[in-house]
Amino acid sequence: MNHLFPILTAIAYLLSFVLYVRFLSTGNRLTGRLGTLLLGLGLVAHYFALLERSAGLHQVPYHDLYGSMSLFGWLLALTYLALEVYHRQRSVGGFVLPFIVVFFLAAHLAPPDRLSPPAVHGPAFAFHVTLSILAYAAFALSFVLSLIFLAEERLLRRHKVGEVVWRLPPLELLAQMSQSSVLVGLVSIAIGTALGFVTVDRLEGQHSYFDAKYVTTLLLLVLYAVYFFLARTTAWRGARASRLCIFNFVIVVLSFTVVNLYLSHSHRYF
Amino acid sequence: MEIVLVGLNHRTAPVEVRERVSFNAEQAQRAAKELRARGILEETLVLSTCNRSEVYGVPPESSHECAPVLSTFLSEFHSVRSEILSVSLYHHYDREAVRHLFRVAAGLDSMLLGEAEILGQVREAYRFAHEQGATGPVLNRLFQGALEVGKRVRTETELGTRPMSVASAGVKLAERIFGKLGERKALVLGGGTISEQVISHLRDRGIAQLQVMNRSRERADQLAAEFGGIVVGWGEWDTALQSPDVVVASVSAEEPVLQRDVVARAMAARGNRALFLMDLGVPRNIDPSVGELYNVYVYNADDLTEIVQQNRNARESEIPQAQEIVGEHVSKFLSWQASVELVGLVDALRAKMREERATFIRSRMEHMKHLTETDRAQMEKLMDEMLEKLLLEPAQRLRGEKELRRKIQNVEALRDLFLSNREKP
Repeated sequence: MNHLFPILTAIAYLLSFVLYVRFLSTGNRLTGRLGTLLLGLGLVAHYFALLERSAGLHQVPYHDLYGSMSLFGWLLALTYLALEVYHRQRSVGGFVLPFIVVFFLAAHLAPPDRLSPPAVHGPAFAFHVTLSILAYAAFALSFVLSLIFLAEERLLRRHKVGEVVWRLPPLELLAQMSQSSVLVGLVSIAIGTALGFVTVDRLEGQHSYFDAKYVTTLLLLVLYAVYFFLARTTAWRGARASRLCIFNFVIVVLSFTVVNLYLSHSHRYF
Repeated sequence: MEIVLVGLNHRTAPVEVRERVSFNAEQAQRAAKELRARGILEETLVLSTCNRSEVYGVPPESSHECAPVLSTFLSEFHSVRSEILSVSLYHHYDREAVRHLFRVAAGLDSMLLGEAEILGQVREAYRFAHEQGATGPVLNRLFQGALEVGKRVRTETELGTRPMSVASAGVKLAERIFGKLGERKALVLGGGTISEQVISHLRDRGIAQLQVMNRSRERADQLAAEFGGIVVGWGEWDTALQSPDVVVASVSAEEPVLQRDVVARAMAARGNRALFLMDLGVPRNIDPSVGELYNVYVYNADDLTEIVQQNRNARESEIPQAQEIVGEHVSKFLSWQASVELVGLVDALRAKMREERATFIRSRMEHMKHLTETDRAQMEKLMDEMLEKLLLEPAQRLRGEKELRRKIQNVEALRDLFLSNREKP
């Protein structure tokens, strides 16, 4: 198998991370722009890496654990880049890139997948999985943004205005970015879940509609909708909304781990 | 093509001298005109700000000879005794003059390290002199370089980004919470100098609405009229605190004027929308426990002073990087200067050699009457070719010289050895 694209992706992401961190510490705009450029190049190389692998295996990217994790990393990078361009704010790049790099590298280092491939196929299922992964990537991003919000808010309240605070986005912008990200996640997960139910409905034989994964996903949908509503209302705006966002992401992680591994019968990775 | 600079600044002259030697636009124009009319300078530019008065120029002869003449001119122009002026004036020539201007444009020579205003002042002085036709190729290139240095230092370093006064630090902190202040509202308590400074900064940052509250209604009206604000009656807290995002307090009071219960009530009424309180009063105007309320940020004068100190240190740490940019552009300018000088020098040498050749042939040919016109023309052509060859090789070697210092030294040596002062380009 050709390793050119995975190597290029890893180099581009790592360099982009270094440049984003340097931008955060020096404030040099050129460094920041280069960081964004390399992230864009990484995204392109990552796309071709996924495409090449899918073409080689004649399978969709989420067919196995490697593909699922790699696709998650790619969608996380894509969502972040869209958010950076939309809000014209690149100082959180240094915090998001490690997640992208870890997912991309972990996908390569993961042991061979011994689980049986998914039994279902077709466009509805493909969109269901892709949109769900996109939603989780967006939720992961809002989690990172909420963490930054809480850290910056704490520093400002304690009057510890050091180097980094001057370069981080303003609190209100962080809150807006987090909400934008959650909105992307909410729309994606709503459509993705609906498509999931359509897929299940088309399957032959008896299928339960009460799988633990369905319940958890619907719970997440409600929790993020509640966050989206509360974050704009009186008592919750600010740090409280960010804490709720972090709590919601803990449920996302539980949904991936405990629910997928021990409680669900129909979901393996996402 | 030498450059001379004569001037004084906040480091060399007290304010009493600086104010006597400053130029307004009309004076700058008149001085530039006189300096060129009297033949003291061929190109000239006057840079005058509240902290410096400097005259940059390209003299027809040596810059070292020109500097004392310029000092005398300044003394006469401003009617300041030369003994007073001589202790305050500094003279810089060529490389040092270029370096000085580039440091000025970068904000490295300012009283407030990295201040942004100086770049605008340099730009304005250059635009003015250029429009008056007082500058020429050398000063045009020099000042365009200076503007580039200023721009680069401001984008590539953090020399000018951090606030350096308590008022600006407070306003910048508000931006850390709200982002741009274009859609935000502010309430200012008090009508003193500090309040005025903060209002000025808030206006500079584009604050959407300004409310002024002061014990003396007259002063509040005055401030509101000056800065385009609205006056709120003293003590009407419930109304006053509902809409602003930023509150600045700087009043003389023994007890805090903003108590916790008042702010808590306001926060409930405003739906916990974030509130930034800047307490610049001594004794403090805002009860410190207000800072414990949800979404309320309180900074007092000490907190802001500490931030200003941190910023000062941070700015100082940016100096080496800014100096590197200055050094890079000084070399670039000197390299351009040397190249231009080299072209002029080669032309002058060629002209001199042709003149010598013509005189030489004229004197020798008198004894060679047997030569025809064709022979004479042929001889002249051969001598021209030889002279061109003699000139071409060192000129090419000089042009290709990589080391700037050596290149300049060689150009100067060539000029000194072969040309008299009158013939120098």
